[in-house]
Amino acid sequence: MDSPDASVLWKIFDEVEPDLKPKEVMEEANRCLFCFDAPCTKACPTNIDVPLFIKKITTGNMKGSARVIMDANPMGATCARVCPTEELCEGACVLNDASLPIMIGDLQRHTTNWAMKNNPQLFEAGKPNGKKIAIIGGGPAGLSSARELARFGYQVTIYEKHEKAGGLNTYGIVPFRLPQRVALWEVEQIEQLGVSIRTNCEVGKDVSVQSIMNESDAVILAIGMANVPSLGIPGEDLDGVYDAIRLIEKVKDGKPTRQFIGKKAVVVGAGNTAIDAATCLKRLGAARVHIVYRRSEAEMTAYPFEFRFAKEDGIEFCWQTQPKRIVSDGDGHVAKLECVQMKLGDEDASGRHRPIKIENSDFIMDADVIVKAIGQNRYKSLIDAFGLVHSHGVVTVNPETFQTSNPKVFAAGDVIFGNGKGEAMVVAAAEQGKRTARAIHEQMFSKI
Amino acid sequence: MADLQIDFAGIKSKNPFWLASGPPTNTGYQVQRAFDAGWGGAVWKTLGDPVINVTSRFSGLNYGGQRVAGFNNIELITDRPLEVNLREIRETKRNYPDHAIIASLMVEPKQEKWHEIVRRVEDAGVDGLELNFGCPHGMAERGMGSASGQVPELVEKQTYWAKEAAETPVIVKLTPNITDITATAFAAAQGGADAISMINTINSLMGVDLDSWNTIPNVAGKGTHGGYCGPAVKPIALSMVAECARESDIPIPISGIGGIENWRDAAEFMLMGASTVQVCTAAMHHGFRIVEDMIDGLNNYVDDKGLASVMDLVGQSVPKYLKWGDLDLNHKVVAHINQDYCIHCNKCHIACEDAAHQCIEFFTDADGRRALSVREEDCVGCNLCSIVCPAEGAITMIDKPSEVSMTWNERQRMISMFGG
Repeated sequence: MDSPDASVLWKIFDEVEPDLKPKEVMEEANRCLFCFDAPCTKACPTNIDVPLFIKKITTGNMKGSARVIMDANPMGATCARVCPTEELCEGACVLNDASLPIMIGDLQRHTTNWAMKNNPQLFEAGKPNGKKIAIIGGGPAGLSSARELARFGYQVTIYEKHEKAGGLNTYGIVPFRLPQRVALWEVEQIEQLGVSIRTNCEVGKDVSVQSIMNESDAVILAIGMANVPSLGIPGEDLDGVYDAIRLIEKVKDGKPTRQFIGKKAVVVGAGNTAIDAATCLKRLGAARVHIVYRRSEAEMTAYPFEFRFAKEDGIEFCWQTQPKRIVSDGDGHVAKLECVQMKLGDEDASGRHRPIKIENSDFIMDADVIVKAIGQNRYKSLIDAFGLVHSHGVVTVNPETFQTSNPKVFAAGDVIFGNGKGEAMVVAAAEQGKRTARAIHEQMFSKI
Repeated sequence: MADLQIDFAGIKSKNPFWLASGPPTNTGYQVQRAFDAGWGGAVWKTLGDPVINVTSRFSGLNYGGQRVAGFNNIELITDRPLEVNLREIRETKRNYPDHAIIASLMVEPKQEKWHEIVRRVEDAGVDGLELNFGCPHGMAERGMGSASGQVPELVEKQTYWAKEAAETPVIVKLTPNITDITATAFAAAQGGADAISMINTINSLMGVDLDSWNTIPNVAGKGTHGGYCGPAVKPIALSMVAECARESDIPIPISGIGGIENWRDAAEFMLMGASTVQVCTAAMHHGFRIVEDMIDGLNNYVDDKGLASVMDLVGQSVPKYLKWGDLDLNHKVVAHINQDYCIHCNKCHIACEDAAHQCIEFFTDADGRRALSVREEDCVGCNLCSIVCPAEGAITMIDKPSEVSMTWNERQRMISMFGG
């Protein structure tokens, strides 16, 4: 990766995980026991009938297989790639103890790849019921609720501030794990049901909260989270300090840059976004990439398979290390990162050990690039503009109905994802979107 | 090392594994390769007036990703000149004097035809003859094969004609495409057969291609019924062998054929009365080398059983194969779930719930985990749960023997004595 030219750069951003070969698919699908009341289905947040979609692969009913997956999970193609399957469906497979769990994620990818290639119409819009729903945010939660509402017959408009819908699926997950075309195919599926997606349209700027509230029978707030917060240490304004979300967004949008070639990079944080940023930097030609994290490997929120992937990519981890100061080269650029060693104290509110600084343990790391990946800020002002009750930007909802403090406004996805609860999952957002749509439908038509 | 030699109606063979008449025994080259691989004998592909074969000819039944659970063919008897076959038989016998070569024969149901072909093949040095009264396709339309084999009188008469000319043992190969195979087996014995072999292939249409709507296999878009064989037919063949073996008026040796793929299958056929077995599909699927494990596995099995000779297996299970009316009505079997081995796929539950007697229930175990148990009083011991269970050892069927045995036949006798 010394001097990647444009085409090489693009190649190394191709999806890492190869598709199963046709024979592998049939062998694996036939290995599924077709359990009754299957634990894999129960372990899936969207309750995909896993044995059924796999059975349909064995009979060659690929359209039926795709329908089973996408019916339960409108982000089924994305989730086949990014779900922590070893913690969900595959972790629950009864074959774990007997032999090896079924490769459910890979089989789901096979089926959804078939669907992307053959593009059959899987679902139809419902008979128009005259009700209008506005969805703020075209990410997994917003798209999922839009899909369900369109099938119920609602007229749905999604407001999306980016150029493309799909949210973090389109912009936030590295392309070598989730190519953008996958996310955009899922967006297309939803548009085909007559959902109107207004892109480049930021609510509160391009369209007012008031007009949306006035024109809609219900509103779903699915705005996700904002930029990465500041580290709160000196030197953060130096040239060479990046926000992980923005960095990945550029790469994901097909704009790999040459500016990291040969650089020494440090990523701060150890969630999945931190890993994504680190592996991106490596592919962009960075000479060394360190991840610094103030807690230990046990507290890291990145999935085990992400961690393995990072190690395979040669990412170096500095545990119990907290950045203290970014040192300038005297010319406005990052030159070094001063850190301090941490030890773990008692458990905090999130159940994780609280990191405590070790006196006189400061040390300096060489660094040309610092990437912040310590979580995301909240869109508090927009939430406030809707006048919703929230806790530090996490919108409060009824956990059954996803209804906010304003009965006309519902919220789903990362905007209701509480801090310190591990990693937000696409699959959970998709399920919340689905359930929000159902709750709205129930509410609207129980009144009639 | 156990003695695997067999004596089958006077035909000696160093092991009970013979290649059945079919594509693998089409030429001297093939049969000699088979003997090199270890096969004890071979039944040469059926000789008769040479025919013309069609293409394509074979098809396989795949199941659950496994290939060739069943197999069917519309190939007829040899399509090579008789002289060529006889020359190769002679050469093969010269090169492999210790191996059994049996000539399979099929001619029109005429006395002189049988006399002529028997003389010609015996002159080539074969160790025995097998009369093909079994092939269900093609030749049957010309009055041969199963068309003969389905009529006991024709079986008896043609066996008799062959025996008139034969100096070597005559084996009659029977078709399963008949209601009661013991009828034709008995006819063969009456005709003087030295032995019988079974089963030939079963009438079958392998499938229909869902894209073209052609039959599988097809010849220029047209198809015809073929003969079915392979692992899927084994239970049918085994029952037919057993039915003949337990008949005292069919007192001749049996060569078992049908779905035999390994030493275990062979041992089962031998226990049910076969003293040699014939294999075709498995050799077509995997090549002649499969015989190595057949010989080795059977050898180890016979040793493990403490027997001196493989012939000691023959017929051991026949007395256990009875009519339904002779089974004990009072005997009980119940399923038991071994929680240490259960993987919680719940297949036994749904199978019992939907298709048996609704007696496998969920309960919460001491650790708060959901588990399954059998409500014994309602279990009829049908075996279904243990059949569908994918976890070895998770379900055992436990015998609950009765103190007093009572069969249906005994019960009916009692009723007629005291009840009526």
